[in-house]
Amino acid sequence: MNAAASPDVLLSGAQPVLDVHDVTVAYHRKPVLWDIDLTLAEPTLAGIVGPNGAGKSTFIKAVLGLVPLASGQVRVFGQELAAVRKRIGYVPQRESVDWDFPVTVLDVVLMGTYGKLGWFRRPGSAERRWAHECLDRVGLADLAARQIGQLSGGQQQRTFLARALAQEAELYLMDEPMAGVDAATEQVVFGLLEELRQAGKTVLVVHHDLRTVVKYYETVIMLNMRLVATGPTDEVFTHENLRKTYGGRLAILDAAGEAVAAQERSA
Amino acid sequence: MNALAHLIAGHELPFWTITIGVVANIPTAMLGCYLVLRRMSLMGDAISHAVLPGIVLGFLWSHSLAGWGIFVGAVVMGLITAMLTQTINTYARVPEDSSMGVVFTSLFALGVFLITNLARNFDLDPGCVLYGLIEAAPLDTVSWLGVEVPRALGPMFAALVATCVFVAVFWKELKISSFDPALATAMGYRATAMHYALMAMVAVVTVASFEAVGSIIVIAMLVVPAATAHLLTDRFGRMMLLAVGVSIVSTVMGYWSAAALDTTVAGMMGVAAGVQLAAAVIFSPRYGLVGKAANSLALSMRIVGEDIVAMLYRAEELAGQSRRGLPEKLSLRHCVRAVGGGLTARLAVPYLWRRGAIALAGGELTLTDRGRRLAQSLVRSHRLWEAFLTEHFQLPLDHVHAPAERIEHFIGPQLQESLAEDLRAPSVDPHGRDIPPTT
Amino acid sequence: MTGWLAYNTAIVLAGTMLLGASCGLVGCFAVLRRRALLGDALAHAALPGVGVAFLLANERSMPVLLLGALVSGLLGVVIVAVLRFATRTKDDAAIGAVLGVASALGFVLIRVIQDRTTTGSKAGLASYILGKTAGMIAQDVYLMAAVSAGCLAIVWFFYKEFKAIAFDPGFAKVQGWPVLALDFLLTGLIAVAVVVGLPAVGGLLITALLIIPAVSARFWTDSLGRMLMLSTLLGGAIGACGTALSAQFSFSPAGPVIVLVGTAAFTGSMLLAPRRGLIARGLDEARFRRRLARQKLLRMLYELDEAAGGGPRPFELADVGVTIARIDAMARDGLATPVGAGRYLLTASGREQGARAARASRLWHLFLSEHADLAPSYADLDAERIDTILPDEMIRELESRLLADGSWPVELPPPAMEACR
Repeated sequence: MNAAASPDVLLSGAQPVLDVHDVTVAYHRKPVLWDIDLTLAEPTLAGIVGPNGAGKSTFIKAVLGLVPLASGQVRVFGQELAAVRKRIGYVPQRESVDWDFPVTVLDVVLMGTYGKLGWFRRPGSAERRWAHECLDRVGLADLAARQIGQLSGGQQQRTFLARALAQEAELYLMDEPMAGVDAATEQVVFGLLEELRQAGKTVLVVHHDLRTVVKYYETVIMLNMRLVATGPTDEVFTHENLRKTYGGRLAILDAAGEAVAAQERSA
Repeated sequence: MNALAHLIAGHELPFWTITIGVVANIPTAMLGCYLVLRRMSLMGDAISHAVLPGIVLGFLWSHSLAGWGIFVGAVVMGLITAMLTQTINTYARVPEDSSMGVVFTSLFALGVFLITNLARNFDLDPGCVLYGLIEAAPLDTVSWLGVEVPRALGPMFAALVATCVFVAVFWKELKISSFDPALATAMGYRATAMHYALMAMVAVVTVASFEAVGSIIVIAMLVVPAATAHLLTDRFGRMMLLAVGVSIVSTVMGYWSAAALDTTVAGMMGVAAGVQLAAAVIFSPRYGLVGKAANSLALSMRIVGEDIVAMLYRAEELAGQSRRGLPEKLSLRHCVRAVGGGLTARLAVPYLWRRGAIALAGGELTLTDRGRRLAQSLVRSHRLWEAFLTEHFQLPLDHVHAPAERIEHFIGPQLQESLAEDLRAPSVDPHGRDIPPTT
Repeated sequence: MTGWLAYNTAIVLAGTMLLGASCGLVGCFAVLRRRALLGDALAHAALPGVGVAFLLANERSMPVLLLGALVSGLLGVVIVAVLRFATRTKDDAAIGAVLGVASALGFVLIRVIQDRTTTGSKAGLASYILGKTAGMIAQDVYLMAAVSAGCLAIVWFFYKEFKAIAFDPGFAKVQGWPVLALDFLLTGLIAVAVVVGLPAVGGLLITALLIIPAVSARFWTDSLGRMLMLSTLLGGAIGACGTALSAQFSFSPAGPVIVLVGTAAFTGSMLLAPRRGLIARGLDEARFRRRLARQKLLRMLYELDEAAGGGPRPFELADVGVTIARIDAMARDGLATPVGAGRYLLTASGREQGARAARASRLWHLFLSEHADLAPSYADLDAERIDTILPDEMIRELESRLLADGSWPVELPPPAMEACR
């Protein structure tokens, strides 16, 4: 749709940012993701929504090649994953690492530069400066020397975000970067996501708060094991699609209904 | 030089025994750091047991305990252990711990079977392989640059160098794949490859050190120094250095205590490591039991103490406003009860008194100037926070006191200032009470 | 003389059999509770207790040594718990540390004792490390029989409770059962079984007897009751076979032989068990993949025809990305026929199967979007299993909706209409 309107894309013959074709991920016989077909033609800020166990995290891991695919393939920037790993940034769930690990906040952010460094090369002073800069952007410059376990939940989340910034990627995949953060941190996080978007990056975010989807994301990906719908939020984030994604979970639908109504009012 | 040679030759100084122990235990402790942080200590245990058949087969192949045969055998067995555990877990769906248990006990049983039945025809002493024979190792020497050096030191030294090179070359890769294997894989560092490389290295050091500590106690030298170091520091590099330090101390302490008790050196090295772990568990300043208890006691005493001075401050405030002239002083008993009673409350009073925040006269408490300043700052924090909550979160008035009561103890001058700025320096809180100025 | 040997062998056989059986029984819970290696820590931690008990009692009396082993083994478990819950040490490091330091301490004590006492008792203590079945006497067997009977009685008595905490401790807690106490009882049982086995198999290998029968039995059954029974029998058989083999070929000590017999039993179970065994599962998996791939291909071909309208049209192998081998297999099954070089046509039965696959896939799709809240827990990769998974009324309702919006595959007879009112 928008691709046709953008001459840059046409001129460069650009490949879609993300092309997921016929992807199935299964645990034995049980599908977690089932026949997913999805193309993101252009850079965008996209929210991935769906109920618990709908395969949102698995989708991100499938794109990153962290879980084996039962069928299908994933291409990023028109290439095989192995060729473009350095252009992809990843923010895992906060629970996925051991916060007792003896590293400082700066160390963690420095890890973001490892991908670009490649085997054997060590981060030097340029990388350190860059890591400090990334920390500054998430407002944690003062805590650079802290051990990561001494941070609050929101600060840990921001550390991960700074690490993603340090990766200087073009496609970011973030698994619930808003889980367990306070409202103020959420604002900060979204400010950053918006900045990334402005800089022409693509950001995919697993998101759980339906009330804020309309406010934050221009694109929405609605998953419930199958791809229910994807596209511009104002077109796709509808009652009908929410029902297909969440079924009759009334509380959630009410919350989402409010959001949709608010969107309609402002439109 | 002569003096050194003399020292070395002198039997009263156990130079070589300790050297062998140190050289054997350092690489073990270094790799142990990765095992502990990756939560794979038990894989280390499994491999250290499972290399036994590798040692025996390698020995049968090369007829020597000093040759490369046993290293090859051990690395093969180490990798087989890691892979079989993984395979049985994934494909046969046996829980990981059980899968590991089956694999390593089986391989260890095979090793013991071979060593006690086949190897008895050869010059292979089961006791040496299982429990180590560090006492005898210095007696079997080779001449190297004119100095008589224990033969066992050669392979151990090679393992030490190999470990240092491995850790130095893959420092960054090992760090990221230990901390966040998913990210490492996403970046293109093969976390699985690092895993197997690490397992192979564990097999190497296990074999290199079996002559010093035997293949059973080596698990203590893998896990205990690293676990001890992890309780003492928050930096990875320092953790590794500390682990090395613990292993050196274990070696020296182990040697001397074994000599004193006339028992096995290898066993005493394990025990010495255990003693250091116990000390760290109890006395580590930040993560030890005593330290943690003291910190939490100090914190709750500070909070209770601050609650007491804030209460006195409010009492003064009320007394100033009220025409009925409420007492500015409060009885000790009243104060202690008002902040919840208990041991911390009772301890908080002398704590405040020692800090010069309160004066105690006739069983009644009053604020000193110093205490008043402290209390004023606390009350300011409290009321600013209440104002902040009402302004930004539209919380009802009866919901703002409790959160403010908790957070007042943690708002420093900086945050206080930014709160005041955010709220355009209010003079009263949502309840209409004055917000005291900065102190 | 042969009579004495036979008597002695019979004693040892009975002892190891009873030991295998009781370890097999309590091992089930250790394995199901993911405590397999805690048993290992316990066994190693028992070693210093043997030494201390000997030093205190100053004689080699089996009950006293076992009591010492039991106390220090349980103390080891307590230390693991303290490290885990009161410090930042994780459970693997806690188990590893206790295991390593305890065996070191055990060796130290045993060496001290060996050097101090007369030769008579030396072998006795060393056997706690690697085991020595030959030293077993009738009294030991009575003790093992008593322990086995005790374990059996306790498991019998607390069967329901143990089952609950093995399966879902959280739920058991909510139900108001004393999970902690039951857990302690279970750990106690494991400790007793392990400790009694120490002199025979040794502290380093007794864990194998705890784990191997249980995980082997698990391959053959899904029911806890049967698993317990099977594991007990298997444990007994492993103990007896191992002892017999080692006596026959005069291998000593017998402990490793017993464990290796167990390894064989485990390997056999893992490979050969029906349903859960590797071979059965591998074959099943391959069959399943083939079936899925074929379903997908037939559906795709059918849908191509359907989209183009009209009857069946031939397709090029290259266009649909199918190998010769696969299409040959399909031709053999009468689903497709060759119509020229590299061109094939679906047969009537191929089209029918394609239509079925299309129906199943569309029903799932509809079901998933209509019942998004429950759907994921029902989904199955084998789309055609939908008829066995969903209730009939649900299928009817979904079918009528397919029919209504015109996406019912025309190839198939229309669904039974009585549900369409």
